[in-house]
Amino acid sequence: MTEPLIRIEDLYKVFGPSPETVMPMVREGRPKDDILAETGHTVGLRDINLDIDRGSIFVIMGLSGSGKSTLIRHLNRLIDPTEGAVTVGGVDVTRLTPPELRDLRRYKMSMVFQRFGLLPHRTVLQNVAFGLTIQQVETAGRNEKARKWLRTVGLEGYEDQYPAQLSGGEQQRVGLARALCTDPEILLMDEAFSALDPLIRSDLQKQLLELHRRLRKTIVFITHDLDEALRLGDRIAILKDGALSQVGRPEEILLSPADSYVEAFVRDVNRARALTVGAVMKAPVRRLTATTIGGALAQMRDWPGTFGYLFQDNRYRGVVTQDALKDADSGSDTSDHALTGLAVRGPTLTPDISLQDALPVVLESAFPVPVLSRDGGYTGILSAKDVAGILAGADSTAMGNGHATERR
Amino acid sequence: MAEQSWFFEFPEMDRADVVALRRFLDGAYRDFSRSYGDAIETVFNPLLFFMVWFEKLLLGMPWLLVLAALTGLAYWASRSAKLTLAVTAAFLLIGYFGMWDDTMRTLSIITVATLLSIVLGVPVGIMMARSDRMQNVVTPVLDIMQTMPAFVYLIPVVMLLGIGKVPGLIAVVVYAIPPLIRLTNLGIRLVDRDVQEAAVAFGATPLQRLLGVQLPLAMPTIMAGVNQTIMMALGMVVIASMIGVQGLGQPVLKSITNQYFTMGLLNGLAIVAIAITFDRVSQAYAKRSQRHLQGLQGD
Ligand SMILES: Nc1ncnc2c1ncn2[C@@H]1O[C@H](COP(=O)(O)OP(=O)(O)OP(=O)(O)O)[C@@H](O)[C@H]1O
Ligand SMILES: [Mg+2]
Repeated sequence: MTEPLIRIEDLYKVFGPSPETVMPMVREGRPKDDILAETGHTVGLRDINLDIDRGSIFVIMGLSGSGKSTLIRHLNRLIDPTEGAVTVGGVDVTRLTPPELRDLRRYKMSMVFQRFGLLPHRTVLQNVAFGLTIQQVETAGRNEKARKWLRTVGLEGYEDQYPAQLSGGEQQRVGLARALCTDPEILLMDEAFSALDPLIRSDLQKQLLELHRRLRKTIVFITHDLDEALRLGDRIAILKDGALSQVGRPEEILLSPADSYVEAFVRDVNRARALTVGAVMKAPVRRLTATTIGGALAQMRDWPGTFGYLFQDNRYRGVVTQDALKDADSGSDTSDHALTGLAVRGPTLTPDISLQDALPVVLESAFPVPVLSRDGGYTGILSAKDVAGILAGADSTAMGNGHATERR
Repeated sequence: MAEQSWFFEFPEMDRADVVALRRFLDGAYRDFSRSYGDAIETVFNPLLFFMVWFEKLLLGMPWLLVLAALTGLAYWASRSAKLTLAVTAAFLLIGYFGMWDDTMRTLSIITVATLLSIVLGVPVGIMMARSDRMQNVVTPVLDIMQTMPAFVYLIPVVMLLGIGKVPGLIAVVVYAIPPLIRLTNLGIRLVDRDVQEAAVAFGATPLQRLLGVQLPLAMPTIMAGVNQTIMMALGMVVIASMIGVQGLGQPVLKSITNQYFTMGLLNGLAIVAIAITFDRVSQAYAKRSQRHLQGLQGD
């Protein structure tokens, strides 16, 4: 494993006139409301420990007031922690001097804001070039880069407009272009899409994913919308009252919520769209590796059920039923060729398609559908019963990670 | 009854003590002005030279040229033919009624006073916006400057510097600068926090944030302050003329003492005309330069 790019350790933040004095109460785990009523201090964050991998999209979610903005502002130290360390690329951000901190903000990280934060008195082009202006890059160079990024976000021709002349979605594209224009390693996005209507939002999400595929930046993305989190996040952290409730991959959050708070979030999600086959499939079973009909019958005797999936030379051949084997066994032909002939080529799935798209395939099939990796390897299995259980929200026993852990 | 007298009569300070206190303060200030008056005057000399030069420039130029310059300025700032025409007409009338030279003198002191107010007031306003303590110190001073009758602070100024242009200028600036300081402070404090945060997040230094974000965004409010300052400076013209500032104030003063109704009215109207000109033109300019902040509807 490589070192995480961003590491947050034992981070606490208390707002108020003398945070140190209330730290003992915070450490005791007293509720936020009690501490506020008793001392007038607001607990922003408590005991946050997080690792964010290089090149990943890390999503932070939580209800309003849960501390999302506070947390993301610790990464570029727009807010100073009360206690704890924030390490970015091996450097403790909380110990930087003001000039070092400015360099971090200029070259390493940039931020996209919920309410855009564009300069109303500057044109779109000047806004996109703002980071480079701060770096004192000369005009021609910064305008050229700004034009390039404006083109990338699809706003060519808007260079000389002012922000007030643009729609919300266009303004946020300017915000995104401004953040990308300094070519930072890390992109911080605080509810960047929350102020936009659903269509534009999903459009921008798509655009962001595309950019991420191309540029491989590390993105820390805040949202209070689980659908958005599931769509964008490689990993998701859920905050409640300043503390982490759960951190995990989207399917982990969806399939095994850590507490009732996370469960409440998860309840209304369209699981069929949010989950992939890979996330919910069961371990691969009933793999017929025998080469003869007799061998196949012997293999099948050891497992419940009356069928198997025939693989030959690591290629899937189809479903073979016990009845078909028995019929053939009573005959005379017992060569391998005969076994292959008995296999009925049925539908298959791949791990990356969504449950929604897999659903008709699974329902049509008389047998659980085998899931094959891109190179044809047998990685899992999905039955109509499993899918029904997951969509109904029943406790799931899916392995959730696509790796076989047990064989029956 | 000796015990009861304090109940009906205020227990005043002893008469002799009052006299002594007055003597002491007056004497101390007189000594101060005797020993430092000249030095302080030399400090103000560059200002005096500038004022004299500017006044001579306005008076020395052919009136047509000055009028053309004023007209051009009005049009450049407002882009409104109607307003430009009104300005031209006002100044033609002023000239026709024989008030041209006094008007030029008044214009000159107003211009210098305004420039000085900007040079002093904007930095003070900026400092106030950056620190609450500074704000707490400066605000009561501004309150005093605005409510203390001008004549009161004229006394020490005249004692120190005598009668003339510089004390007049000081009187005008003291009276006219508070709104500019207040509005600069307010304007910067009201700048959108999100935009400022964005600037910091991109690594702006405090100076870059001030020049690139705070001042430009506070500009409409600061401009309103400049406008107020000009109006208040014009209001001081008559009082300033009492300590030797030439211009439209002096004929007004003469009219009061001699009861020349028409002369007073005409000069008063000239002051009003200048005020309206400055006000409308500067507001039209401010509006025009801020149009992009309003969005689409203006285009
Ligand atoms: N400067 C501040 N001073 C005092 N309390 C603050 C400050 N900033 C945030 N808080 C408090 O910290 C808590 C977390 O606020 P934060 O803005 O991080 O929430 P959030 O999760 O971003 O919410 P939202 O979704 O509404 O943006 C809130 O209770 C808030 O009142
Ligand atoms: Mg927030």
